[in-house]
Amino acid sequence: MRTPFVIRFLSAMPRSGWIAMALFALITLVVMPALHLFMPTDSPFYVSNYVITLGGKLMCYAIVAVAMDLIWGYAGILSLGHGVFFSLGGYAFGMYLMRQIGTDGSYHSHLPDFMVFLDWKELPWYWAGTDSILWSIVLVLVVPALVAYIFGYFAFRSRIKGVYFSIITQALTFAAMLFFFRNETGFGGNNGFTDFKRILGYDITSPETRVILFGLSALVLMLTLLLGRYLVTSKFGRVLAAIRDAESRVMFIGYNPLHFKLFVWTLSAVLCAVAGALYVPQVGIINPSEMSPANGIEIAIWVAVGGRGTLIGPIIGAAIVNLSKSYFTVAFPEYWLFFLGALFVMVTLWLPEGVVGLWKRWTKKGQA
Amino acid sequence: MNTKIESHWDGSAPATGHMLQPGLDISHKVVLYLDDISVSFDGFKALNNLSLTIDAGELRCIIGPNGAGKTTMMDVITGKTRPDSGTCFFGQTIDLTRMTEPEIAHAGIGRKFQKPTIFENHTVFENLELAMKMDKRAFTSLFAWLGKEGRDKISDTLRLIRLDHEADRLAGLLSHGQKQWLEIGMLLMQEPRLLLLDEPVAGMTDDETERTGELFKSLAGKHSLVVVEHDMAFIEQLGGKVTVLHEGSVLAEGNLADVQADPRVIEVYLGR
Repeated sequence: MRTPFVIRFLSAMPRSGWIAMALFALITLVVMPALHLFMPTDSPFYVSNYVITLGGKLMCYAIVAVAMDLIWGYAGILSLGHGVFFSLGGYAFGMYLMRQIGTDGSYHSHLPDFMVFLDWKELPWYWAGTDSILWSIVLVLVVPALVAYIFGYFAFRSRIKGVYFSIITQALTFAAMLFFFRNETGFGGNNGFTDFKRILGYDITSPETRVILFGLSALVLMLTLLLGRYLVTSKFGRVLAAIRDAESRVMFIGYNPLHFKLFVWTLSAVLCAVAGALYVPQVGIINPSEMSPANGIEIAIWVAVGGRGTLIGPIIGAAIVNLSKSYFTVAFPEYWLFFLGALFVMVTLWLPEGVVGLWKRWTKKGQA
Repeated sequence: MNTKIESHWDGSAPATGHMLQPGLDISHKVVLYLDDISVSFDGFKALNNLSLTIDAGELRCIIGPNGAGKTTMMDVITGKTRPDSGTCFFGQTIDLTRMTEPEIAHAGIGRKFQKPTIFENHTVFENLELAMKMDKRAFTSLFAWLGKEGRDKISDTLRLIRLDHEADRLAGLLSHGQKQWLEIGMLLMQEPRLLLLDEPVAGMTDDETERTGELFKSLAGKHSLVVVEHDMAFIEQLGGKVTVLHEGSVLAEGNLADVQADPRVIEVYLGR
């Protein structure tokens, strides 16, 4: 029984994939951290703070994109509410970061500043235990999983599909955003969490901490990709794609689509949450706007641009869209949303398989 | 009544009803009982007090004009449609009206749709692999490993449905007749006790139709088959008992020649 599993795992990616991943690991885990930490800042080889933060952010987005591709590309479930799970992860870990501020906030209270401002005397019950990083990590994993499982159970059991499901996820993310906007919810209202100082007692802005978070993001991205590859090359993945293409056939040969959908849906939510938890300490802020309906749509655009149902494509898509966003929002801030919309229309019309599809077409032509 | 089935339904339905498998009881030589089944859609009676029994190992043909209720009958048997009234038993003990589609599939009923329904983006081989009888729960599928036995079974079926040279092709690229055969092959991989076949030879060449007939005849005995068809030559080739459905109930039953000579049947087919 053990040997097939190892073989299965290794055969989840072609050799070129493993080589590319090893290269990626070398660059993100060794080269870039070393250049950031040990190069003098005036050296041309110095990797700046900005690059490390941007890179870390992009990798978090890439994790979300892979998670999205698992459900959209392979199971045909288009969620436009994945911002919720990303934010839940971010908030869950943000609670720990808020507690790490200790009494260094503006009011020098053991409570987070926003609670002092609201004249709260003690932490709400759901903040209990959040001074422990382990408990926060448990929250990061369990809360989004529970929300996703319950939401998915009712949606999939009622056989809600297609555009109806997408609309409900938009409603979910909008409702969650409004809920987190309220000051009484206890998560800082519209300001959310910010002004983090420490993580595990270490300065959160120090180069060493940044490099570690950067490396962790890279590691989680690689693990997510591997897990995704394993999943889609397993029999589970073939059943999933079969559900996408002909659900009733799947039922009549004896599979219950509910359990397959629920599993991949919940997994996808948890992956998003982990990405959110890695994102918050690197970016230094989490607020309810992360759950805005537009954010959920943007995630879908990353996947569409990169190429649905390819896993690697969404990573590329997330990078392309977010790099152009970084550029556009500085150069032409008013036009970013127009550009994003135009990109989506163009990809849908001319590149239904995204950048990866284009690449495949080119390389095929080269061979012919 | 089998209480096991009762607890299966309603609650958090488990992924499979595979524990029901050994439960098929055909001690009275009957594999399927439909008794007094009625189904209506918005006032239209698709099935009207339909009663029908299929013997174990039988090859039964069902004919009838459009709208006679043939497809609705299959929907009721496979759990897609719940009857408004009436009972539907698989063997002596399994109450089909209380089970979900996957549970019924596990209990041993396989269905071929009118329009060939296969997984077009999977290879022919994968189509058969997915259909193969095994533990079909989500968690097990994560670690499923196709052993030699399974691969042999698939290649046997590939030869039987004459697609052994197309194993690695995408199923969507097959011809219409080949798709029909692939769906029949998928049905066989499920190792069902009862096969429901909705217009299995539609769109096949004469040669393919004849081979399909041979295949079905060879399956009868070990399996029970219910074939819905319009092609009279094909029904004649199969040679089993024929049931004529009309307006949701049984109009006539017997061998093909008798049924065709029945004045009521002639009226239904030609009278209007």
